[in-house]
Amino acid sequence: MKGEMKELKLTVNGKPYELEVKAETLLVDLLRQELKLTGAKVGCLDSACGACTVNIDGKAVRSCSVLALQTNGREVTTIEGVADGDKLHPIQQAMIDHGAIECGFCTPGMVMSAKALLDENTNPTREEVKEAIQGNLCADEGYVKYIEAIEIAAREMRGGQ
Amino acid sequence: MIAAFEYFAPKTVREALSLLAKYKEEAKIIAGGQSMLVVMKQRLLTPEYLIDLKGITDLDYIKYDEGKGLRIGALTIHRAIEKSPVIQKHFGVLSEMEGNLATIQTRNWGTIGGNICHGDPAGDPAPVLIALKAKLKLASSAGERIVEAEEFSKDYLEVALEPNEMLTEIQVPTPPAHTGTAYEKLMVMKGDMSIIGAAVSITLDSKGGCGDARIALSNAASVPLRAKKAEKLLIGKTINNGLLTKAGEVASTEATPPADVHGSIEYRREMVKVFVKRVAQLALERAKAA
Repeated sequence: MKGEMKELKLTVNGKPYELEVKAETLLVDLLRQELKLTGAKVGCLDSACGACTVNIDGKAVRSCSVLALQTNGREVTTIEGVADGDKLHPIQQAMIDHGAIECGFCTPGMVMSAKALLDENTNPTREEVKEAIQGNLCADEGYVKYIEAIEIAAREMRGGQ
Repeated sequence: MIAAFEYFAPKTVREALSLLAKYKEEAKIIAGGQSMLVVMKQRLLTPEYLIDLKGITDLDYIKYDEGKGLRIGALTIHRAIEKSPVIQKHFGVLSEMEGNLATIQTRNWGTIGGNICHGDPAGDPAPVLIALKAKLKLASSAGERIVEAEEFSKDYLEVALEPNEMLTEIQVPTPPAHTGTAYEKLMVMKGDMSIIGAAVSITLDSKGGCGDARIALSNAASVPLRAKKAEKLLIGKTINNGLLTKAGEVASTEATPPADVHGSIEYRREMVKVFVKRVAQLALERAKAA
């Protein structure tokens, strides 16, 4: 029936959830409004800005462009699940240390795009780094620092090599 | 924001087809939804029933056999096609095309089948598949049929699917020897929809002349457009610079492009000339090297 609640089982940041959601709910709305994980930002809600990027089964995806129900049985990671307790992820640490963050609105999406890249390949070329964050718009024009920070994080993740 | 609908997530093709048979016009299929959710948010599309195919893993595959050619399951994501070693080796143009289709985030969730069925004439896969003489396998609960990729698009956002049908597979034949294929598009930023795009496939005959040619344009008409007159001009001739210029000019007269903020009709016609020539040159080089 239209408008009825549907069952959704998924894992968010390592924690299993069993939820009831309306079919028309977008993943970003589930995360922000139901689960109160407001790290993923709503910039355009039109699949243009990348501020809502999360990882689904380890891949960078825009949470404004996925129905929440489509993540049934899948593993979602948001910016809230990236740090290990109080210890920031190397990507986060590098972005802070390198001054990559300006207003910060696009940062969660940048981190999630970078994480999907570096989880797959800790030795990316500059072109690969650029391609990974190509879909993340920064209104402050902070791209170069982001690219450099991701490369610094990659080195850290390779054990300083 | 999105109008309410009743949601189904079939696990098999058979289950999906029986839902389609039941709800027909009132149902809409969603795959990755990377184009469709945009129009659903705008309420330009308000289906009563939404059939979500994303969970049908049986339609997520890439198979290659030299004799049978390439088979891509309709639910294969763009990124898998882009990164597939077998596609990179035997159908490099498909991988290149995918590399400029939107962004990694979109390619990680969006499917090739969904893209084709959305029927946007500015889409990238359709012209490339037309240049490669691909066929599409459509299924309904009554059976299956095969259509040529070039016959599939009917008008803006309209494709040749019956209400009870879905696309299940893309079939790309192995091109003849000495065939080269290329695709390029005019973009504001890398990954944007094409302002104009051209896919060209050229097969050289034993004497080095043009034995066969296919030219398909994106965003040059209400459907992905085969520039048949321009193809005819090339076939049977020895291709040189002057002939390619002419082919571009002829293709430009075949195009009926839209006008929008990115370009007027006149500008797009000019760009058809540029891109047909440029891409045909690349296809020719590849054909010579093949």
